[in-house]
Formats: sequence, structure tokens, C-alpha cells
Amino acid sequence: MLSKKVSSSHSVPFWRDVRVLRVMGQVVFLVIIAAGILWLLNNLQVNLRACGLRISFNFLRNTAGFPISEGLRYNPTDVHGYAFWVGIVNTIRISLIGIALTTIIGTVVGIARLSSNWLVKKLAGLYVEVVRNIPLLVQLFFWYFAVMLTALPMVKNSIRLPGSIYLTRRGVYLPWITLAESFGTWAWYIIGGLVVAIAVYVFRRIQLKRAERPGFPIIWAGTILILILGAGWFLTPGNPLALTIPVLKRFNFEGGLWLSTSFTSLLIGLSVYTGAFIAEIVRAGILAISRGQTEAARAVGLKKAHVLRLVVLPQALRVIIPPLASQYLNLTKNSSLAILIGYYDLMNVGTTIFNQTGRAVEMIMLIMASYLTMSLLTSLLMNYYNRRMKLVER
Amino acid sequence: MTNDEGIIIYRDVHKWYGDFHVLRGITFTMQKGEVVVICGPSGSGKSTCIRTINRLEEHQRGQIIVDGIELTNDLRNIEAIRREVGIVFQQFNLFPHLTALQNVSLAPFWVLKMRKSKAEEAAMKLLERVGIPEQAQKYPAQLSGGQQQRVAIARALAMTPKIMLFDEPTSALDPEMIKEVLDVMRNLARSGMTMIVITHEMGFAREVADRIIFFDYGQLVEENTPEEFFHNPKHERTKLFLSQILDY
Repeated sequence: MLSKKVSSSHSVPFWRDVRVLRVMGQVVFLVIIAAGILWLLNNLQVNLRACGLRISFNFLRNTAGFPISEGLRYNPTDVHGYAFWVGIVNTIRISLIGIALTTIIGTVVGIARLSSNWLVKKLAGLYVEVVRNIPLLVQLFFWYFAVMLTALPMVKNSIRLPGSIYLTRRGVYLPWITLAESFGTWAWYIIGGLVVAIAVYVFRRIQLKRAERPGFPIIWAGTILILILGAGWFLTPGNPLALTIPVLKRFNFEGGLWLSTSFTSLLIGLSVYTGAFIAEIVRAGILAISRGQTEAARAVGLKKAHVLRLVVLPQALRVIIPPLASQYLNLTKNSSLAILIGYYDLMNVGTTIFNQTGRAVEMIMLIMASYLTMSLLTSLLMNYYNRRMKLVER
Repeated sequence: MTNDEGIIIYRDVHKWYGDFHVLRGITFTMQKGEVVVICGPSGSGKSTCIRTINRLEEHQRGQIIVDGIELTNDLRNIEAIRREVGIVFQQFNLFPHLTALQNVSLAPFWVLKMRKSKAEEAAMKLLERVGIPEQAQKYPAQLSGGQQQRVAIARALAMTPKIMLFDEPTSALDPEMIKEVLDVMRNLARSGMTMIVITHEMGFAREVADRIIFFDYGQLVEENTPEEFFHNPKHERTKLFLSQILDY
């Protein structure tokens, strides 16, 4: 009889039951991991005790004693903890500016690679292929040693770009906006303008919703804000903002904004490198939307701008955002290479502190915790955005 | 130009893709309320031909006049014509990030500036007309092929077009779903809509079409009533084509 061969589900021994095996696998894995961590911690404790050391963060209250040449106001007489904070702020600064710059580079190049203009397309392709295939550290050394410290002239013969931008071996000098005396008065217009703009935005949104009309209330709010700021500018006695232009004095430039050699090369290096990857992500995102989508949208009579805003972007961003987020994280983490070209980021300051104090374990823990916090915050933000853009499928 | 001459007028229309001469002098006229079925082997230019009507493809020579408006490079003319011509694609091309209802109400809301509730009400009526009101809140990926194509038809109808184009609307569908889409199209034809349909569904063509046009090598080979077309084709190429698709 055939039916005799069909064994019933009750007689399966547990080592063949897939449900049991699935749980068992996870339990075994967890035990191995936990055992490994316990062993490492125990090892650390034993070895520290053997050297007569104890984990302690008291050294952070001792005087640092080393100089940091850029970033927050800082004195060598400040404590280690504050020096480390200066490093963290420098890392955040290079990361934020780098992310902004690399997004622009990546978007422009990504779109350029899809251009119908032969030259533009090939140049963008060349950029991506060259930059993507040379190690980042080599590129940083190129910008720092070959460009900034060798190719650029001394301060006296600096290269002048239009707009009073000076390139020199000592760094880049740019015109910058500073707050003038009357800024305090104008600040009230800024605050008032923002309040009014937000009110207009909310009001317009409710109005549109009630009238059930399409529209972008943000355009109204933006216009109102600009009008108020403009009015404030003319009503405030004296200009609230002043432009300071770098001027060559006897030995150096004065005024304007100074970007150090290290900062400039790190910023350019990181942005150019990451931009090549972002360009590919943007290109993939745009290519992921079939031509049929644009055709269908045009065929129902939507204008080009609406096609982009209502049909193309919501779909392209869905493809672009997750890999874009990991590129932002990469840029932030790669900024730790700053140590090799003398930018005082948190890695550089952190290792200086542990060289001075011998507190390697504590400092590495602090450095890792700092990067982890920044990365997790970025991930959190990007995941939240990603979840909002996600497509509903089956 | 008066409308009496026809709602769609093609005069010696040519188009090239690079060196490839896709449309080689197409001339035909359609009257309001007519249903024309276009058939022919793949690559014969029939799809390109109907896509020139709403300028998804540009023609390079000749004249196309739709409801008294000539298609030129003038964006205003193109937009005016697009508002009067609905198109249904082989691959549906629904917007995957919008629900069925939003797919249908999107253009009335943004282009016709209808109130949202009015646009959604109208969209709901259209979904009822194509027989899937219960799917209104679902996303395209949650619908079957036949349902998606019916949403696509509703989306095109939402702009209250005077002319509907169908570019092989059932070719990407499983056999059991073809009927539900053809039923919707049949009802649409009965309601007096001017329609051009590219299809290989010869049963549908025989039943619904006022005229059948046979396309080959970018030319309009034969134009006939369904009766004559199937029983008494004039051209050898038509006979060959019919024997190939009817005899398997």
C-alpha cells in the first residue's frame, strides 16, 4: 500500500524538525557570541590588572597641553575632555559641509552621465571611473601634498579667482559675511519673518485643503519671508550684514574666511571621492524609472515640472535614498583619515590624547562611541525618511 | 480647417529613427465616434503611428490634425491635444507610488484644477465604470494585470478625452484577464467614443471595429470594413498575415 509510506507529522524526531532546528540555530549562535564577548572582557580585565591599570575617565579633566590650530576657541591649557570636544565639532563640520558638497557633485555628475551631449557624458564617465578606482588616501595625499602644498603659490603670489577668492599654499581665503552692529535689529525681522512665514504656510495649507486645490504652500511662505527680510534690510539703519574681503597685508591675508590647507584638501578629497559613488547612485535611480512613467504622465497632460515632482522624484528617491545614506556614513567615517594630513578631527585629537596619557582603551572606546553616535543619528534620520517614501507592495 | 473633414487627419506622415524609415507616408482620416482597429506584424510602425497623435513620438514630415488643432512644435498645441487624447499602454504604466484612486484623480486635480473631492468622486465613478470600485485604495502592485489595465483606462478617461488610443492593451495580460479588459473597451465603443485600437484580438476587431487598417513596413496596406477584411482581403500581404494569426 502506498499510503503506508506517508509518515505522520507527529513522529518527527526533534533533530529533523525544521521548526526546532530554526530556533536551535539562533540559540547556538547567541551563545557563541555571548561567550566570545565575555572572554574578551575577561581578557581585558586580567591584562589591565596585570599592568596595574584600571578603566577610568578621570584623565579627561587633566590639562591637554597640546595646540589645536582650528575649530572652536581653544587653549592648550584647556582639559582633555574639551580638546576632544573640539575634535568632535571639527569632524561634524567637515562631515556636514562634505555631505552638502558631495551631494551637489554627485547629482550633477550623475545627471551629466545621462546627458545626450557626447562630451559631457564622456567627461562625467571619466571622472567616475578615475576617482572611484584610486584609493581615498592616495587622493587625499594628492590634494594635500601635490595640489595644496606644491602646485599652489606662496601667499605673496597667490592665485586670485573671480570674487576675491585667493588660493595659496597656506590655505584658501574667501570673502565672508560678518554680522554688523545693526544685525541685532535685523534679527527681529528674521524671527518675525519666520513666524509669519510659518503662519502663512499653515494657513495656506489649510486653505488649500479646504478648497481642495493643488499647490505648493512652501512657495508662498518663502516669498513672504524674503519680502519681510528685504523690507527689514531697508528699514534697518546701516547694513546688518557686512562682507569682509580678504586683503593681502605684509605677511598674510586679513579679513574674509580662511580655510586651512588640511581642511581644504580633506573637504575636496572626501567630496570628490564620495561624489563619484553618489553619481552612480543618482544615475541608477533615474534609470530605474521606466520611460513609460514619464510618457503616461505627459499623456494625461501634466506639465514637465509636475511630472518631475509628482511622478519621477517620488519614485527615484525611493531607489536613491538607502545607498545615499550609506555614502553619507562613509564620508563621515572616512573623515578619520584627516589624521594623515593634519586636520584636527576627533580621531586626530583622540589619538593625540591617548599618546599623551596612555589611556588607549578608554580613548578608543570614546572615539568609537562618537562615530557610532553620529552614524546612528544619520541612519535614524535617513531610515525615517526612507520609510516615508517606501512603496506599498503586496 | 473644419471638423467636418474628420477628428483625426493624417496627410502623408513620415518618420525616421536615424536611418530607419518607420512611417512611410501615412494618410488616413477618422470621423467622430468611429472605432478603428489597427493590426499588422510587430515592427510595422503601428504603435509609432498612434503615438504620434499625442506627440509621444514626433513626426518629421506631413501633417497631423487632431480635432482641428495641428500638431506642430508649439507646446500649447501639444498640451491642448494631450488633454483631448487619452492613451492606454501595453505595459499599463500606472504610477506605482499612488493608489488606484490617486492614479485616476491625479491629472484632473493638477491639470483640470478640479476640487479634490470632485476629482475623487469622478475617479470613483470611473472605477465603477470599469468594474473595480472595491480596489480604489489599493496600490498597482496589489492588483492583477487585468485590474491594472482597467485602472489605466479609467485614468485616461478621467481627462474626459474625445479620442482614446489603445496600444496593444491586452498583449501583456494572462488569457483569463483579456476578456475583462475587452469588455470595458466594448462598452466604451458603444458609448460613442472615438477609438483607435492596436490589437491582435481578431474577435474583438470583427465585433467592435467600424474599420480595420492593416499596417506593414510603415505603410498603410489595406483599409477595409471588418466583413471585407476577414472574408475578402484585397492584398496578398493581408492574406498572409491573416492566415498566420488565424490558423494556429
